[in-house]
Amino acid sequence: MQRIGVFICWCGSNIAATVDVQKVAEVMKSEPGVVYSADYQYMCSENGQQLIKQAIKEHNLTGIVVGSCSPRMHEATFRKTAEAAGLNPYMVEIANIREHCSWIHKDMDEATEKAIILVRTAIAKVKLNAPLMAGESPVVKRALVIGGGIAGIQAALDIADAGFEVDIVEKNATIGGRMAQLDKTFPTLDCSACILTPKMVDCAQHEKIDILSYSEVEEVKGFVGNFSVKIRRKARYVDETKCTGCKICMEKCPSKKGLNSFNMDLNTRPAIHIPFAQAIPNVAVIDPEQCIKLKTGKCGICQKFCGAGAIDYEQKDTFIEREYGAIVVATGYKPINLDAFNEYGYNDNKDVITSLELERLMNAAGPTNGVLLRPSDGEHPKVITFIQCVGSRDSSGCGKPYCSKICCMYTAKHAMLIREKYPDTEVHVFYIDVRTPGKNYDEFYRRAVEQYGVDYIKGMVGKVYNENGKLMVQGSNLIDNEQITIESDLVVLAAAIEPEPSVRKVATLLTASIDTNNFLTESHAKLRPVESPTAGVYLAGVCQGPKDIPETVSQASACAAKVIGLLAKDKLKTNPCVAIPDESMCNGCSQCANVCAYGAITYENKEFRLGGGKTEIRRVACVNPAVCQGCGACTVTCPSGAMDLKGFSSKQIMSEVEAICKK
Amino acid sequence: MQEVTTEKKEFTPNIVAFCCNWCSYAGADLAGSSRLTYPANVKIIRVPCSCRVNPMFVLKAFQQGADGVILCGCHPGDCHYVTGNYYTRRRMALLFSFLNYMGIEKERTRVEWVSAAEGARFSAVMNDFVKTVTELGENKRLTDLRVKEGE
Amino acid sequence: MTKEERIENLNRLSGTDVRKCMKCGKCSGRCPAFKEMDIKPHQFVTMLGKGKIDELLESKAIWNCLSCMACVERCPRGVAPAAVIEAVRDTVVRMQGNNGIKAEDIPPIVDELIPQQLLVSAYRKYNK
Repeated sequence: MQRIGVFICWCGSNIAATVDVQKVAEVMKSEPGVVYSADYQYMCSENGQQLIKQAIKEHNLTGIVVGSCSPRMHEATFRKTAEAAGLNPYMVEIANIREHCSWIHKDMDEATEKAIILVRTAIAKVKLNAPLMAGESPVVKRALVIGGGIAGIQAALDIADAGFEVDIVEKNATIGGRMAQLDKTFPTLDCSACILTPKMVDCAQHEKIDILSYSEVEEVKGFVGNFSVKIRRKARYVDETKCTGCKICMEKCPSKKGLNSFNMDLNTRPAIHIPFAQAIPNVAVIDPEQCIKLKTGKCGICQKFCGAGAIDYEQKDTFIEREYGAIVVATGYKPINLDAFNEYGYNDNKDVITSLELERLMNAAGPTNGVLLRPSDGEHPKVITFIQCVGSRDSSGCGKPYCSKICCMYTAKHAMLIREKYPDTEVHVFYIDVRTPGKNYDEFYRRAVEQYGVDYIKGMVGKVYNENGKLMVQGSNLIDNEQITIESDLVVLAAAIEPEPSVRKVATLLTASIDTNNFLTESHAKLRPVESPTAGVYLAGVCQGPKDIPETVSQASACAAKVIGLLAKDKLKTNPCVAIPDESMCNGCSQCANVCAYGAITYENKEFRLGGGKTEIRRVACVNPAVCQGCGACTVTCPSGAMDLKGFSSKQIMSEVEAICKK
Repeated sequence: MQEVTTEKKEFTPNIVAFCCNWCSYAGADLAGSSRLTYPANVKIIRVPCSCRVNPMFVLKAFQQGADGVILCGCHPGDCHYVTGNYYTRRRMALLFSFLNYMGIEKERTRVEWVSAAEGARFSAVMNDFVKTVTELGENKRLTDLRVKEGE
Repeated sequence: MTKEERIENLNRLSGTDVRKCMKCGKCSGRCPAFKEMDIKPHQFVTMLGKGKIDELLESKAIWNCLSCMACVERCPRGVAPAAVIEAVRDTVVRMQGNNGIKAEDIPPIVDELIPQQLLVSAYRKYNK
């Protein structure tokens, strides 16, 4: 038999002014199961809590009800009080007689009557409460970073500096990502490679960081603190431990016609190659689609010339399995495909290029060694027209409905750099809006206009066509209400950016949610911007939304702080109010697993005794209490009613309903 | 002559409100701290998420003599548990039309989205719901007669 | 018809939500008849949005628009300036009490790929 104690708080006059607290306490004395009932001015005060503790001990209470303010306010307080007096903290229920009663009603009789019902309801519930223990799960002190761009690099370095092991999984042959392809960075115009490559080297040399380049995540099992991840190490046909990066193989390789994806396909590279000079790891990789030896079995020149004996044509994909406590997703972005925008003639004219291609054309390590020459004839372009918002802010279905955020700034950067390096070049920019908020950002754009004389035209381009080898750019000048045509040598499109398509697979593996634009969703748009709703998964960089390098680095460091906070714990305390299946009723239908947003439910074949020495093996649901967030979606879905939620059990809620409806 | 006055008590409906812990319960708290009144016959049951509300709870409420049942959850897309309120929306659409078929008017049942910042909305919704149910009068369908006899 | 009703009617006839326009000018940037239009395609959208329909009803542009639908095709926001122009043209024709479309005028074989609006507006224009 339960021995319930009831404590009614006056909250000064907040409750007592409209609820006759003494009457409520008096009425409760005659409630079945109640052995003690009292009222006090301030229950949450030191003295009030003392009163509760004493009553628990003296009357040997098995559960208490506090009639006071909202449980969102002081439930935790009173649970601690109960725990200090030796009572299980989950044997406490709060009747909200302030926010839901005294503050909204004026009539004393009415409010008192309602308060009595609310306290009775809480008593009905607490009678069915069961002591709950917060579970614990161990934490593997190692983090996984998916993606080796600037976001992944920054997150890995920060986590490793705090003393935790980090693995970076990068699908390409080198880390560095998009930032490695850039020429200069806004708003300071420092060289991208000069600030990125030292960080890449730091990663390679850090004893706590393990770079798994040319690898992909294949399978993820487990939950926060205990992920088990299977990683595919793709065959690069070169032994990573032996290759010295001498590049003799690149010189000797006879198959040199492969498109160089690092240079945005603007030039070619050999079948065996190192993506760029500062690649980390500085190890060659063979493109099996292009390698003569791998395609026909004849050649083997690179093997002959490799002094280190690193070439291995027999290499196969291998799999490794590792345990992690936390996972950072930093899969990055790519410019969108421009096939749907034939008005700009991107596919028909070599001299219509994207901004990322321009980055390579201006980069000292690029295909033109940093001299700006147009792709068609290698001439220096005299008139360059930039078109912004190509595919961004496009709700017609061809492009992306969002603003890609970085284009206004990089276009201003390109315009400025070109005018700086080649003052004889005419530069026009078609824009819809110039969006440059941020420290020193608008000043940067204005500098392009005022100091460098870049011609900004408010309006959009309607078509680009080729006339006698000249690119005619026809567009609006809305300020002058004119249609203008600019004869250009080079047209640069600020293509919208979208999340790297592989993010979909990663999100599925991690059960991390993704929005309609394939951006990963954060747990809370404002207050938890770096955490995925899936516990233990964190987001950095453009995979979560368009952002520039400073923002990406901040988010990556924020991710690292969250990961360090998680890994610093030895054990994770879990919320005990989780779902629990009644195995005798479960028929293993999987419906609960289908509605679970967290992947907390799995199935097990269990042996049950049937009596008479017989046994039966049945498939039953198992809830992982470390992953379950206690929403209760499964409890209602279960057709046999086998699933229940601790702390909010069906019986408890039914008894609350009954107590409220009783007249 | 003795005057006999039989005072007829005005009908006040009994209303059960299920509120999710993260949005609507907090919205109700805000209504309280903003002193936005709504009738005392609304009694709130706290659930972790609106998707915790089993149709059985709604049936139980009507069986025990409730005159109206209202579920409040986070706005679609804002669910603390990502997708919980979508389940609620579908389940209750089905249940309510079923109840309607059994004679419990659609107006007696309702699903509303109230965020933690919408104290005013919570109070407005409750006032409106109580008004609607009061006009409908007492709910007699589904009521367990044993409950009444036990009085 | 009051002015308000006329504005509402134009919005309804055009079937386009002028509030979606983000004023990029791509429609006017593409318009092949731009020079002949006294009111430019993008202005049709913004002026309808601002309720300046008297100027629209008097414009020459409604007779110079080719109904080539390039502006509709290029709009990144799904706004249809050609539909607004057509709606204005239609209104003017109706105000003249001379609705040019006659069922018997439509040839028996009509290419299914031709947008219906193109057909209708062509008839209306040449029946003037």
